[in-house]
Amino acid sequence: MAKSFQCDIVSVEASLFSGKVSQVMATGAEGEIGILAGHEPLLTRVASGPVEVTLEDGKKETFFASGGILEVQPDSVSILADTAERGGDLDEAAAQRALEQARSAMADKQSELDYSTALGGIAEATARLRALQRVRNNR
Amino acid sequence: MASGKEIKQQIGSIKNTQKITNAMQMVAASKMRRAQDRMAASQPYAKKIREVCYHTAEGQVDSTHPYLAKRDLKRVGIIVVSTDRGLCGGLNVNVFKAALGEIKGYRDQGVDVAYCGIGKKSVSFFRRHGGEVLATASDLGDAPELNDLLGGVRVMLDAYDEGKLDRIVIISNEFVNTMTQKPVVRQLVPLEPRSGEEQAGKMPWTYEYEPDDPTMILNELLTRYVESQVYQAVVENIACEQSARMLAMKNATDNAGQIIDDLQMVYNKARQAAITQEISEIVGGAAAV
Repeated sequence: MAKSFQCDIVSVEASLFSGKVSQVMATGAEGEIGILAGHEPLLTRVASGPVEVTLEDGKKETFFASGGILEVQPDSVSILADTAERGGDLDEAAAQRALEQARSAMADKQSELDYSTALGGIAEATARLRALQRVRNNR
Repeated sequence: MASGKEIKQQIGSIKNTQKITNAMQMVAASKMRRAQDRMAASQPYAKKIREVCYHTAEGQVDSTHPYLAKRDLKRVGIIVVSTDRGLCGGLNVNVFKAALGEIKGYRDQGVDVAYCGIGKKSVSFFRRHGGEVLATASDLGDAPELNDLLGGVRVMLDAYDEGKLDRIVIISNEFVNTMTQKPVVRQLVPLEPRSGEEQAGKMPWTYEYEPDDPTMILNELLTRYVESQVYQAVVENIACEQSARMLAMKNATDNAGQIIDDLQMVYNKARQAAITQEISEIVGGAAAV
C-alpha cells in the first residue's frame, strides 16, 4: 500500500478536508499535478478545477477549487483555495446554466470588458463541469 | 410627587423599552452563535496561510520581497475595524481609544498616519477625527464576504506598493470569550519575523516553485495573507459585536426591571397615601356631623 501523508483543504470561509491521504491530484498553474508521499517541497498556484484526494483505503473524494495556492511540505500538503466546494455540493444544472449564459454573453460581445468576464465565466463553468465529471467517475 | 396616573404611564413606557431590549438580547444571542461558527470556520485558512508565509519567508532568505523587508517609517496605514451599528456597549469606543493611542505614538515619533475605516462607526469616527482616509468599507452585514473587503485592502496594499505607506497595521477586537473582548493591534505588512520560540524545532526548507518564479507566487501568497487576516479580523469583530450587544442589552433589560420595581413602589405608596387621606377625610367628615 502506498504511503500516506497529511492533507488539508481550506478555503477562506471554511475548512473542507483534513486527514490522511495517499495521493492528491490538482489542477496546477502549469497543468495537472499529482502528489504522492515524499514529494519535494513545492509551492504553486492552483487553477480553478477539480481537486481529488485518494484516501488511505483507496476511496476517492473530489472537491472543486476556484484557484488558490498549493503547498507541499515534506510531510503534509495544504491547499489554500480562494473558494472551494465539496464535489457532492456542486450543482450541475447551475454550472450548465452559467456556461450557457457566458457563451451567449460572448456571442453578443459589446465591449472588451464583457468579453473578458464572459471568458472567465466559461473557464469557471467548464472547470466546475470537469469536477462533476470526476465525481461521477468515482461513484 | 407625581400623580398615580403619571407613574403608571412611566412604568408602561419603561416596560415597552424593556421588551425591545429583551428582544435585542435574544436576537444578539442567536446571531452570536452563528458569528462564532463563522469565526471558527475561517481560522484554519488564516492559520495555514500564516504558516506558509513564514515558511516561505524563512526558507527564501535571499528574496527581499517588499512585504518582508522592513522600511524606514515615514507613513503608517491604520485599518480600524468597527461595527456598523451601535448599542453594543463600549466595544467601538475601546477600539477607537486603542487607535488614538497608536496614532499618538506614531505622531510623537514624527510618523505620518493614514486611515482605512471598516464599519460605519469607524468611518464616522474618522470623519470627526479628521486626517486622511484612504479607503472605507461599511454595511457588511452579519456574514461579510471576502469580496466586500477586497477593495479597501487593495487600496491600502497599492499605497504600500507605491511606497506611500511603510507599514500597515489593523486594529480590531479580539474575541476572548463571551464576556470579554479586547482591542488588539496587529501588523499586517511588512511581515514581522517570528519569535524564536515559535520558530524553534522547525527546519526551514527551500521550496520548488511552479512556475519557477518565487516573487510572483510570493506576491499572490502575501496578498492573500493580508486579505485573509483582514477578513478574519472583521469576522472576529462581528462575533465580538454580537456578544457585546447581548451583554449590553441584558444589562439594559435588568436595569429596566429595577426601575420598574422602584416606580411600582412609588406608585403603591402614592396610592396608599391617597386612600389613607380619603379615609381620614371621611372619618373627619363623619365626626363633624
